[in-house]
Amino acid sequence: MNLFIIFISAAIVNNFVLAYFLGICPFVGVSNKTSSAVSMGMATTFVMVVTAIVSYLIFAFVLVPFKLEFLQIPSFILVIASLVQFVEMVIKKVSQPLYRALGIFLPLITTNCAILGLALFISMREYNLMESVVFGFGAGVGFTLALTLMAGIREELELADVPKGFQGAPITLIVAGILAMAFMGFAGII
Amino acid sequence: MKKQVSLTKEFVKGIWEINPTFKQLLGFCPTLAVTVSAMNGIAMALATTFVLIFSSLIISLIRKLIPGQVRIATYIVIIATFVTIVDLVMKAKFPELSKSLGPFIPLIVVNCVILGRAEAFASKNNPLRSFLDALGNGLGILLVLTVLGGIREILGSRMIFGAPILPDSFEPWIIMILPAGAFLTLGLLLGFSNTLTERKKRLERESLLNKYRPAKAVTEVKEGGAA
Repeated sequence: MNLFIIFISAAIVNNFVLAYFLGICPFVGVSNKTSSAVSMGMATTFVMVVTAIVSYLIFAFVLVPFKLEFLQIPSFILVIASLVQFVEMVIKKVSQPLYRALGIFLPLITTNCAILGLALFISMREYNLMESVVFGFGAGVGFTLALTLMAGIREELELADVPKGFQGAPITLIVAGILAMAFMGFAGII
Repeated sequence: MKKQVSLTKEFVKGIWEINPTFKQLLGFCPTLAVTVSAMNGIAMALATTFVLIFSSLIISLIRKLIPGQVRIATYIVIIATFVTIVDLVMKAKFPELSKSLGPFIPLIVVNCVILGRAEAFASKNNPLRSFLDALGNGLGILLVLTVLGGIREILGSRMIFGAPILPDSFEPWIIMILPAGAFLTLGLLLGFSNTLTERKKRLERESLLNKYRPAKAVTEVKEGGAA
């Protein structure tokens, strides 16, 4: 039951993009087309789950026993960077179609603050391994959801007559504001 | 040797001309997340500026030693070092501020403004120029975060820097201090800033055209007068 709450909380109620403002750069940058939004979301979810596992293991079995907690920022970011590189190589080797679908999005994920945010939240909230995995998966699902919703809306927006100064990023942020308001409606469910 | 821009220009450009938030559209995450109040915005901007200045300086100093293939990783390690310093200092000296900024101090590591300046500027310029560039960009961030935090604090809680300025009869717009308010305020600010830029560009274009037009207009008038 607890795991279920963590999942719903990460995916919907405390959505990474719309409530914690993590991962805004890809959210504004890649949400032009629904298809690329879904690919980006899937790639991010995958990296998030792997990051959750690895950063939990590193924090619990390396940093804490050796009293190196103050090194968590550099160690997490290095872990994420090498992990993304590794995931990219594995996918390229194992599945060519998947690599073609996700390929260009993978390097972008390294600088996605949602991933580092995830690792920091896991160490801050002292989740155990299972909770970390569920949390990572939930956060990824939430990110995909927000990105896809946004992409769908932006495809419609192309036909709308937006004032010149507000085209692009400004209107995206305003739409995101309205989406965030809609997501506030979920606040009561946990 | 290529022509160098003046040092003052190097410093001033970051504040508005290439403002990290409004013009480069970088570093939205912390901008949106911490600007619940003007004070939080200023604290975040100062922390970011500190990291920006020192990482730019160091990267610029060792720019010739860093092999091209591993430069991004090197930059990130340098940035992470300074972020750790800021994080620990804030935890020790300003525990409340550090708590209210939450994970966003450590997240300065992945703030694209810093990596952006490192890659676009500090890796190609000497330390003095990189320092000025970082300082200018830092002030640009400070400007945006203070304005954004100020607007949200005034409308959302009737206060500025913790001192009430609007009368009690003003019902605070709770939405402004919630996430939705951050998106809306930044979206509107960005839209207005773009509109201003468009207008300025149009005026410049028109005045450039006018430079040639008056001469013609004057001759026309003369001819008209003669007729």
